[in-house]
Amino acid sequence: MTIDWIHFTPWQSLGGGILLGLASSAFILFNGRILGISGILAGLLSPRSGDVGWRIAFVLGIAAAPFVSALVLPVDFIVAPRIEAAYASIAMAGSLVGFGTRYGSGCTSGHGVCGLSRLSPRSLVATLTFMAFGFLGVYVIRHAI
Amino acid sequence: MQHRISEFLVGLLFGLGLILSGMTDPSKVLGFLDIFGLWDPSLAFVMGGAIAVGFFAFAWAKKRTVNFLGGVLHLPTNSQIDKPLVVGAVLFGAGWGLAGFCPGPALVSLASGQIKAAVFVVFMLAGMQLFEMLGRGATQAQ
Repeated sequence: MTIDWIHFTPWQSLGGGILLGLASSAFILFNGRILGISGILAGLLSPRSGDVGWRIAFVLGIAAAPFVSALVLPVDFIVAPRIEAAYASIAMAGSLVGFGTRYGSGCTSGHGVCGLSRLSPRSLVATLTFMAFGFLGVYVIRHAI
Repeated sequence: MQHRISEFLVGLLFGLGLILSGMTDPSKVLGFLDIFGLWDPSLAFVMGGAIAVGFFAFAWAKKRTVNFLGGVLHLPTNSQIDKPLVVGAVLFGAGWGLAGFCPGPALVSLASGQIKAAVFVVFMLAGMQLFEMLGRGATQAQ
């Protein structure tokens, strides 16, 4: 293991993490919901009466972020996404993420942030598992093939 | 309406957090997942910052029966560590490592006009729909 000091951004990432924590905190305390992106999206695919509006409002908020970030965040803090994967990999990855997050009842937000924050052993197992397989996936692609 | 505004603002705050943290850059995410290569530990700080704040909020939420706006407080009740949880996390982790996108950052990048993010989101929704069609069965939505 070698640390990538050039790309390491501890303070900025900590600051972003604090915003994620504040958003998750506000969502449970004010709206009474777990902030889990995969669950929020999945509820829009099989909509139930009276259970749609809050999901749409939340997703619109996320969608507004790249536009608002240009106004509120210092320009040095906004990095244009670099997407290395080819289209075939993107399609495969999307399918795995979509199916897997539903099967496992959550993703990085629901299990990783909210679940670990509320000390859920179930979410700890999920988070350790998806991180382990994320490490493994990158190892296979970058170092084994 | 008050509720819709608060949900919108929470989504916005979450999206800004993803952008500031570096999570919306798949290359940075892959740099974090590349522990056997040139490793960028930044995303551990994202997780640490989020949990340091969330821990107090959820401790508070557990003591309450209603939320601050007077509505139901939906805390998960399923505590079973079962096969769907682990298999689902395996598939999700593999997909995450393959492209560097998880659901939230993919939505942000879609909104900022990234074509590959749009393709990712279409296939992600298809994967979710496939799960719905195969029957959610024993698993519970979170």
